[in-house]
Amino acid sequence: MNFASRLVSFNVAPGDPFRPMATPIYQTATFEQAEATAFGPYDYSRSGNPTRTVLEDQIAALENGTRGFCFSSGMAAISTITRLLRTGDEILADSDLYGGTCRLFTCVLERTGITARYADACDWEAFARQINERTRLLYLESPTNPLLRVVDIRRIAELAHTNGALLAVDSSAMSPYLQNPLDLGADIVLHSATKYLCGHSDVTGGVVVVKDQELAKQIYFLQNAEGNALGPFDAFLFLRGLKTLKLRLDCQQKNAQAIAEFLVAYPQVTSVNYPGLTTHPGHLLQRKQARGAGAVLSFTTGSSELSRRIVEATRMFNICVSFGSINSTISLPGSMSHASVPPEVGVLRDLPSDLVRISVGIEDAGDLIGDLEQAFASAAVPAETIGTEDAAEVG
Amino acid sequence: MSYDCNFQLSTLAIHGGRAPDAHAEAVVFPIFQTATFGQQEVGITKGHSYSRVSNPTVEALEHAIGALEGTPPAVCFRTGMAAVTALFLATLKAGDHAIISDVIYGGTVRLFAEILNGLGVSHSSVDTSDAGVVERAVTPQTRILLVETPGNPTMKLTDIAAMAAIARQYNILLAVDNTFLTPVLQRPIDLGADVSVLSTTKYIEGHNSTVGGSLACHDETLLERFRLIRKTVGAIQAPLDAWLTLRGLKTLPVRMKVHSEGAATIAAWLEAHPAVAKVYYPGLDSFPQKALAERQQRAFGGMLSFELNSGPAQAFDVMNELKLWIRAESLGGVESLVTHPATATHADIPAETRQRLGISDGLIRLSVGLEAAEDLIADLQQALDTVFGTRTERGTADHEFCQPAG
Repeated sequence: MNFASRLVSFNVAPGDPFRPMATPIYQTATFEQAEATAFGPYDYSRSGNPTRTVLEDQIAALENGTRGFCFSSGMAAISTITRLLRTGDEILADSDLYGGTCRLFTCVLERTGITARYADACDWEAFARQINERTRLLYLESPTNPLLRVVDIRRIAELAHTNGALLAVDSSAMSPYLQNPLDLGADIVLHSATKYLCGHSDVTGGVVVVKDQELAKQIYFLQNAEGNALGPFDAFLFLRGLKTLKLRLDCQQKNAQAIAEFLVAYPQVTSVNYPGLTTHPGHLLQRKQARGAGAVLSFTTGSSELSRRIVEATRMFNICVSFGSINSTISLPGSMSHASVPPEVGVLRDLPSDLVRISVGIEDAGDLIGDLEQAFASAAVPAETIGTEDAAEVG
Repeated sequence: MSYDCNFQLSTLAIHGGRAPDAHAEAVVFPIFQTATFGQQEVGITKGHSYSRVSNPTVEALEHAIGALEGTPPAVCFRTGMAAVTALFLATLKAGDHAIISDVIYGGTVRLFAEILNGLGVSHSSVDTSDAGVVERAVTPQTRILLVETPGNPTMKLTDIAAMAAIARQYNILLAVDNTFLTPVLQRPIDLGADVSVLSTTKYIEGHNSTVGGSLACHDETLLERFRLIRKTVGAIQAPLDAWLTLRGLKTLPVRMKVHSEGAATIAAWLEAHPAVAKVYYPGLDSFPQKALAERQQRAFGGMLSFELNSGPAQAFDVMNELKLWIRAESLGGVESLVTHPATATHADIPAETRQRLGISDGLIRLSVGLEAAEDLIADLQQALDTVFGTRTERGTADHEFCQPAG
């Protein structure tokens, strides 16, 4: 069955006698037992919940895995994966990671005696040299956030396996519609489901999918033991949002390409990072390992002050963290989503202070470009020449 | 931030429901799951007093639907039938007369037959595709004309602008049930209708997750009357359902495009199948009113129906053989549904009337969802082949869908 069909044609309510079109929301903490010592398939919603099961099975199927797990946030999913490690183990991660992941690896794991080290995974030979006998997990995003670098997942997977390590890939920027890291050899695929899977900026959630049954058992144990699984109502919203994943992304991607091409031609823009541009260094690799370039892009202007004014002058782009929604959003990663990056990592990855990240929604592309044009025009006028309090408020 | 109507519909679908004053700056409007609202001083509220009268989440949905309709904020109801009921209760009293399309959702017919007729309101069901017939049905007591176009389930079209001319001439109100196309594909208000009626259960919400209805118009007095009826009979939409509808609405323009493309592909495929006698889809060259569809619609929509060469028994067999298509009432959701109008949506219409209107016992209605058209066609093919023992060439559906008009 084609992907578009798989998104809507699946068993939304296995075994339900009423055959509803939408998955029932089992908003219950616990389940009655038939006998004192006999348990049904569900006993307690931390351990398992029918609404969540439908979502976990669907997401596992879409990622071509065998088992899926849903968590209350993307960070809860990532955190659970790091629980596969013990004191003394090391993580080797790509240097361009979501700020929250860096914070977890550096500020939380360090206290448990787990070391995270960072290297440029686009330069896989240099990356390989950082592996040692303690390296248990290789970790990367592709395309990366917010620099949109493309990492060769297949090659890093081979590297992991020849060194007895696992590879986990955060595929939030792609969704299973555009990329299936498990098919490329990764052991674990992660998503912040808050992004494209939800698509409507109204739920936070995280996903882990694996192929290996033994790994699945360990992750299930952790999900149940730590108690950070997704709630039933949120699971329902994800199931609902997921059905339009292809439509949304098709439209978002088309808009993103149009905006990237607009930005490339704009004189105030000094660089545009979008793998859909043929000039992007990862363009060919992206075409090889994914089915599209996604809807996140970033650009620089040469001036952090100008970038800030542009961000604040947009009207249709919500200034907010997160990405992947039907609403277009804009942010300054250096001071927003990646403010939690430890300074030493920040230096390594060289995140420019004038970097603007855009997540493109499904509004009309002409309206979005028109808004960017007016934002560039009004940002180009220095605030002091306007000189009124009103202008200062607009910023 | 307020949005003018210069934006494209795809932009309005997302931003039309964004409240100017969400104090927490949440990108998504909150669910105000509350029955009542506190008063700063006795009698002083911030615009909402009781959720049967109004509710902020419902109001956000009303702004969004109004933005799409090109009208002031709409009035939202618990179901589409609650909206239709409020429309008639707001505009008719005992002794008054209404004209409705003969090909129309069965629930509207039942509303008159079982409820409104008993309250002294009379009605005529007429062929609104013929302006002369409509004009002859007008009486001095006629107050409202409700047309459904495309009509459910045979897709018969009514010329909205022609109806508007008649309505103006006789000083009656024109309401259009635009559920099959939504304001994204058809603009009744721009074509001269006074009221646009939607079952938001269908394409507006689009995910088969909740039920709802709306009424939109420019006339503030009429809107106030709708709100009066709504609070009096207690028919307002619920906050969570309003929120789900608001969420679904955001992808309406992209969904309508794919629904229409899929339906066009499937209609063409069905028409070529030897077991199929007739396909009703306004985008087909064989559809007698195709020119009207091209004139007043922006695309042909995601609904179609078809008739087999054989009797009703085979219609049931074909429906029962389908695996991907789900046998269910309703329409307009992401999942493709198949319905048997004569025994489901139109069961309340007398058999002889159904026959006259072309709603035969062999008619099958399809609501084309968002699955890949080739998968939907393959399923139809295996069902037809199983029932009729035919072996047809595999459908040639591809991703280069035929482009609907407009």
